[in-house]
Amino acid sequence: MLGSLGLILLCQLIGEVVVHGLGLPLPGPVLGLLLLLILLLARDRFSLLARGPLRNDGVETASKGLLAHLSLLFVPAGVGVVQKLDLLASHGIAIIFVLALSVVVTLLATVLTFRLVSRLLRQQDAQ
Amino acid sequence: MKDNPFSLWVYLSQSPLLWLTVTLLVYAGTDAVSLATRRHPFANPVLHAMWIIGAFLLLTRTSYTTYFAGAQFVHFLLGPATVALAVPLYENRKRVVASIVPMLVALVAGSVTAVVSVVLLAELAGLPREVVLSLAPKSVTAGVAMGIAESLHADPSLAAVAVILTGIMGAIIVTPLMNRTGVTDYRARGFAAGLAAHGIGTARAFQVDEIAGVFSGIAMSLNALVTSFLVPLAVTLLVR
Repeated sequence: MLGSLGLILLCQLIGEVVVHGLGLPLPGPVLGLLLLLILLLARDRFSLLARGPLRNDGVETASKGLLAHLSLLFVPAGVGVVQKLDLLASHGIAIIFVLALSVVVTLLATVLTFRLVSRLLRQQDAQ
Repeated sequence: MKDNPFSLWVYLSQSPLLWLTVTLLVYAGTDAVSLATRRHPFANPVLHAMWIIGAFLLLTRTSYTTYFAGAQFVHFLLGPATVALAVPLYENRKRVVASIVPMLVALVAGSVTAVVSVVLLAELAGLPREVVLSLAPKSVTAGVAMGIAESLHADPSLAAVAVILTGIMGAIIVTPLMNRTGVTDYRARGFAAGLAAHGIGTARAFQVDEIAGVFSGIAMSLNALVTSFLVPLAVTLLVR
């Protein structure tokens, strides 16, 4: 458990170091995600790597534990709304309306594109 | 025992322990209610935890800075949780590789729609320039959006609030909206949830379906990449 958490933090740390060192325009944790993915794939190829947190579902169990309460992690930033009450009093309705409309349009554009492209591909395969 | 009970409150209200405990307990409560209503969209645990804790801070006249000193331990875990998304991605790698083309096309269509629609609508609503800039990165996860807002000289804390509001609204609306469109492909539904509503959408997607959760997590990570490039471009083109 401890080793698994350590490995997750290490991936994030390396991600942050590389992103800041090279001035890449992507978030450190996203690079950390790629790193952990590569490690998991490499473990299946090379049995030498299958030790510590990479053995017996160690890092898998720890990760699922973290993801089980993903919503909780957004609460502290969300409570920050108390700092913005004057802005919300003057522009709140417009802001909520703009965000709500934009999220609906984005959901529809994404899901319909995904479905359209996967249908076109299936038709192509069938021919 | 101290003779003045108020001094105990003064001591506790300044310690991280109290606000960390409040965050965990209030969330445990709102999450239990969400579970009891069989994960009804309107019983969103983040939404209800947010206003309950917010009201508590206002009533006790506690500053957000004091609150955050305790809650930061929870906030910190957003980074490791992003790294942890590698595991469901790894476990479902075959399905992900099989849908790589629709995913990438939907990623481009969705990211562009998210940024362009919010900037145009905000301009149309006559919101001040600083607000428009702070809303632009609202579909990506909090840490990334704050970074983007900072680089545009906008307001990072407003960007964070816009991100959370977007996430909550997306999580509430995604299931009824998708049912109405008649799309039953959980890869597509999850991907849309993660793209439009980042981690809160992903948390919702995992509640509905494991595959939806996986695709949502991928969409959230990829969108963080694309939006970082897209927002500065869209702002130069669209904002007066």
